[in-house]
Amino acid sequence: MKAIEFDNISKQYRLGLVSTRTLSHDLNRWWAMNVLHKEDPYLKIGETNVRSHKGLSEYVWALKDINFSVEQGDVVGIIGKNGAGKSTLLKLLSRVTTPTTGTIKVRGRIASLLEVGTGFHPEMTGRENIYMNGAIMGMTKAEITRKLDEIVDFSGCERYIDTPVKRYSSGMKVRLGFAVAAHLDPEILVVDEVLAVGDAEFQKKAIGKMQDVSKGEGRTVLFVSHNMSAVKSLCKSGILIENGEIVFSGDAANTVREYLDSKTSHFSTFTITDAKNRLYNVTKDLEIISARMLSPIELAQDEPIQVELNIKRNLQSIKKFTIEMMIDNFEEQRIGSYISPVYTVPDKDTFRITMLVPNHNLARGKYCLNFNIGLKDENEYGFRDYDMVYNMLNFEVKYIDKKTKRPIQVWRDTWGTLHLRKAEITIE
Amino acid sequence: MKRKTEADWSLIIKPHQKLWSVDLGEIWRYRDLIQLFVKRNIIVQYKQTILGPLWYVIQPVLTVIMNMVVFGGIAKMSTDGVPQPLFYMAGNVCWLYFANCLNQTSNTFVANQNMFGKVYFPRMAIPIATVLSNLFRFGIQLALFIIIWIWFAARGANVSINVSALVLLPVFIVMLAGLGLGFGILVSSMTTKYRDLRILFTFIVQLWMYATPIVYPISMVSEGTLRTLMLANPMTSIIEAFKYATLGQGYFSWGALGYSFAFMSILLVIGVVVFNKVQRSFMDTV
Repeated sequence: MKAIEFDNISKQYRLGLVSTRTLSHDLNRWWAMNVLHKEDPYLKIGETNVRSHKGLSEYVWALKDINFSVEQGDVVGIIGKNGAGKSTLLKLLSRVTTPTTGTIKVRGRIASLLEVGTGFHPEMTGRENIYMNGAIMGMTKAEITRKLDEIVDFSGCERYIDTPVKRYSSGMKVRLGFAVAAHLDPEILVVDEVLAVGDAEFQKKAIGKMQDVSKGEGRTVLFVSHNMSAVKSLCKSGILIENGEIVFSGDAANTVREYLDSKTSHFSTFTITDAKNRLYNVTKDLEIISARMLSPIELAQDEPIQVELNIKRNLQSIKKFTIEMMIDNFEEQRIGSYISPVYTVPDKDTFRITMLVPNHNLARGKYCLNFNIGLKDENEYGFRDYDMVYNMLNFEVKYIDKKTKRPIQVWRDTWGTLHLRKAEITIE
Repeated sequence: MKRKTEADWSLIIKPHQKLWSVDLGEIWRYRDLIQLFVKRNIIVQYKQTILGPLWYVIQPVLTVIMNMVVFGGIAKMSTDGVPQPLFYMAGNVCWLYFANCLNQTSNTFVANQNMFGKVYFPRMAIPIATVLSNLFRFGIQLALFIIIWIWFAARGANVSINVSALVLLPVFIVMLAGLGLGFGILVSSMTTKYRDLRILFTFIVQLWMYATPIVYPISMVSEGTLRTLMLANPMTSIIEAFKYATLGQGYFSWGALGYSFAFMSILLVIGVVVFNKVQRSFMDTV
């Protein structure tokens, strides 16, 4: 039996601020629709939603002609890049806003978790907020009272339950919010990226609870996430959205693979650092200007990783530095890092660092390189970061050896990301 | 056959809905939420204040003193022989309830956009809860009015109760609430995109008070166009009837009250329909 059906769903947004032209568009639209009985004139225009390109039209389609259905008890992962339209899709389903065209049909009660702790009031106590949040999510007071002990227990905030929420740490607020959400009893659960918050222990607990909900209790779950391993372990099937359109749907593992492959097209051998590479505010006393891949993009296992970095010195007083290279897999998990000894800054405003890592031991797969320049010395200088840049270079480990270029045939996901190639074995 | 498959789904989300498809049953299903919002509104108001709910008393008292100085003392306006504090208090208690309901509900969409953007519940829950929680404040101010009334009556002031009109008090309260709510949600719906109207309306409410017999009795206005205009104001008959019921002086007319009630009913229907239409996609324009 189908639990959710999306039929021809599109959602149009108008870009930019509300300006004086909005009023003229509104009048124009009203004239066309109510007096001339024609279609909305602004529905015909509009372009697909490619975030990085400047478009010609003020109107964009955040979602365009979305058709899919979800069987009861299915756990569906929705993946895609930032701004692909995943959240818009969930917003339509949770009735925060309405589609521009099409219909969505739903069977059963929906609870949407686009945020944890919606409606928390800082002045009210944890207990009062449990009631508030639960009621907003559609629970009755009696239901909440029945589950109150469980919720408090799950959140691990028992000691603070009669303290105003404004005294809570941000992590505690999230725990409390998720605890309420985890005890909703909907037939359909809509979850947006909420697992990305909280500490590791709590994340484990949250994922465990999600698994119980989906597997044991046969509930339908729609799950948006950037955490590919969570999608793979939680979801049965997947939907890949790109620029507002469904480009792939199938089982979860294949959808994840498709998504990761689509990222491969952006492989770069040379990156000039810009704002999207920096996730945190850094002093940039020493600044990583650019990074270049010197080794081939398709690497053999016996081939070294070789990169070149251009560094600019912005603060003359900086004399010492360490350079670090962090390797991520394409599921955005950190695999390992190299941290250099302390070097002296050359007496130049810009200088070049070449780095060669001979024994990477990486298994077959695609990887991404991030760099840190800072000072990491546990005795003399302490720890600090001058510049941290992410997603600079990509490469793929593909061949067994450099000479013959024989591709690695079998490497299962369950074998991990480290491929130990040498061992001494004695059999007696 | 088609009907049957349609009914099979528990929820169908469509771009457009019929204008009149207001789901009142849904609001009833969320009554626990409304109750919690009411509780929240009341608790949050006086958290971390020393005087707490006492502020609800101080506000009308200061207003009444101000009125006594300006309108009673300087302008020497008539109060129909009723002691000035009682006369001004009667009008102000009613007006404050109406004005608070209006001002607070007229901000519904803009003030709650964060919550509305994350989760669905019938949006009407918020303005309904606002009107109900203001009832608490109104109750305290009414109690203050009764205390002052008893004090003056004990000292032999010229006040009397009209029991036949006093039994209508719940109806008066419903009418004040209905008018405040109706105007409030209408303004709120019309200001999600263009905020001009709200700025205009806070100003209008201030002026409106002087067009309503709060600081003067309607008996001061002689028959004619001006009096007709004043009676066209739906607040006039309610405030005058309240004064008639509690002070024995005032203008009580079934016709005028009926007009106000009809005005309120039509306003509420229009307000709810417009609000219902706007709530579905206001997140895109707010």
